[in-house]
Amino acid sequence: MAIIDPRHAAKQVVYERIFRNCTLVAALLVLLILGGVAVSLVHGAWPALRHFGFGFVIQEVWNPVTEEFGALAPIYGTLVTSLIAMALAVPAAFGIALFLTELCPPVLKRPIGVAVELLAAVPSIIFGIWGLFELAPLLQRYVEPWLIKHAHSVPGIHELFKGPPYGIGILTAGIVLAIMVLPFIAATMRDVFDTVPVMLKESGYGLGATTWEVIWNVVVPHSRVGVVGGIMLGLGRALGETMAVTFVIGNAHRISTSLLAPGTTISSSIANEFTEAVGDLYTSSLIALGLILFILTFAVIALAQLMLRRLERRVAA
Amino acid sequence: MNRRTLRKAKNVAFLVLSLLATLTGLVCLGAILWTLLSHGLAGMSTHVFTQMTPPPGSEGGLLNAIYGSAVMTLLGILIGAPIGVLAGTYLAEYGRHSRLCVIVRFINDVLLSAPSIIIGLFIYQIVVVRMGHFSALAGALALAVLAIPVTLRTTEDMLNLVPSGMKDASAALGAYTWRTIISVLYPAARSGIVTGLLLAIARISGETAPLLFTALNNQFWSTQLNAPMANLPVVIFQFALSPYKEWQDLAWSGALIITLSILVLSVSARIVLALMQSDRGLR
Repeated sequence: MAIIDPRHAAKQVVYERIFRNCTLVAALLVLLILGGVAVSLVHGAWPALRHFGFGFVIQEVWNPVTEEFGALAPIYGTLVTSLIAMALAVPAAFGIALFLTELCPPVLKRPIGVAVELLAAVPSIIFGIWGLFELAPLLQRYVEPWLIKHAHSVPGIHELFKGPPYGIGILTAGIVLAIMVLPFIAATMRDVFDTVPVMLKESGYGLGATTWEVIWNVVVPHSRVGVVGGIMLGLGRALGETMAVTFVIGNAHRISTSLLAPGTTISSSIANEFTEAVGDLYTSSLIALGLILFILTFAVIALAQLMLRRLERRVAA
Repeated sequence: MNRRTLRKAKNVAFLVLSLLATLTGLVCLGAILWTLLSHGLAGMSTHVFTQMTPPPGSEGGLLNAIYGSAVMTLLGILIGAPIGVLAGTYLAEYGRHSRLCVIVRFINDVLLSAPSIIIGLFIYQIVVVRMGHFSALAGALALAVLAIPVTLRTTEDMLNLVPSGMKDASAALGAYTWRTIISVLYPAARSGIVTGLLLAIARISGETAPLLFTALNNQFWSTQLNAPMANLPVVIFQFALSPYKEWQDLAWSGALIITLSILVLSVSARIVLALMQSDRGLR
């Protein structure tokens, strides 16, 4: 028997080519999906964009009866709720990550870490329904009246907290979003902090620095790129989050200076209205909203990935 | 001495703040789970698993929604996982550092955290509009698109963990790359890939937004893939926002079922991974 049977070898070459091409096609499919998303959104949004022009982005009006649509209110709502979420979640996540990497007794480190990661897996609709039934009444009864009463005399923030306490609105949506992205950002930050070489930290302690000084002057500068990357990934999630927001935003297409007033976001507008949209222009306007969201989140996530990649390369080097 | 006290005070202040942040986070998340358990268990009975979703104001269960969720999740993973695994194989074994792979890796990471509602709009455009009606198939496709990035990422990572000596040994025996991958690398990375699948199932089974305008909902029992199908997330969404007490109770029960199954999936993914690692250690 020949060691290499030529027929066998020829067959192997064919199999090899088939398998290789299968994997290649699968890999190309990933590119195709993203391309398909972009093309289909532009295609679907085209009637609205052609009809309203650039005015679509800067108009506040949203009137299905007269078929006049503008995206300003949802864009405003998306940005403001995400901003509130980030303002609340980032410091808290920073604290949690610090606690887990620097302070936590080793016995608790794993359980708390696992709990944080598991909670990052809880679907967003759970946060939404909790926000509607538990958080919103709580805010309406205690927190919002307090805010209204005390913000009254402060000139700068007076406008932000006025009007009746609805319970649901921009502020509530921001808080629910914050709680939702918190475990996610905390887990990323912890991983990033873990990449700081122990030697650097020990050198800091050796020089007599306190724990906080080591954290602020050694750990944070060393992992800055990764921390910002993690925050941006969280922001990407907050911008595109649908279900957690839809329950508690109030779905009102208007911009009000008060954070307590109901509003809307891009994703909650789509979720609430898409299946009920009558007429091509209405549907197309909602898809155009989706296109804006896609561009917004793509930019944020891509930037975040580039930053995290830079950190990865540095760790590897 | 004063400066030292100040530094120490600052240190203690920030450490206490970080402890408080952790406690606040844990309390918030604990509150969510507690509410979920107490409301969900209150409405839980055998009806939930044996009856259909009721009309407003009457009692019923979630059987058709549970069935629909299971079918669409399963179908989604059956379509998405092979693509993800194959693409991950290409990145890990064939392309590696080629420019194409760098791009695919990047795009995949973007897709991994892209808003799911956008994926829903995409499938709506290319499937629902073409077919002319909502269908379970469209829902499953949307879920498949969401499952691909997760499986791709874990497959690539896990294949990279296989010691290169095993690959070399297989090549030295004269095996072609495809043979090596199927007979050596896949078995070696099996538990890792299974972890990826479990994580993907966990990810897609709680998704609501992409199903809203692909699978829609169905109040009745339906096994047709070509027609709208009930599913837990959309039923929860609809029932929770309704004014009827019976519907709201069912929404909580559904929420509890989803969360528990996702937690079970995530925990088993961790166990599989831990088993694999301890296996490695023994060798």
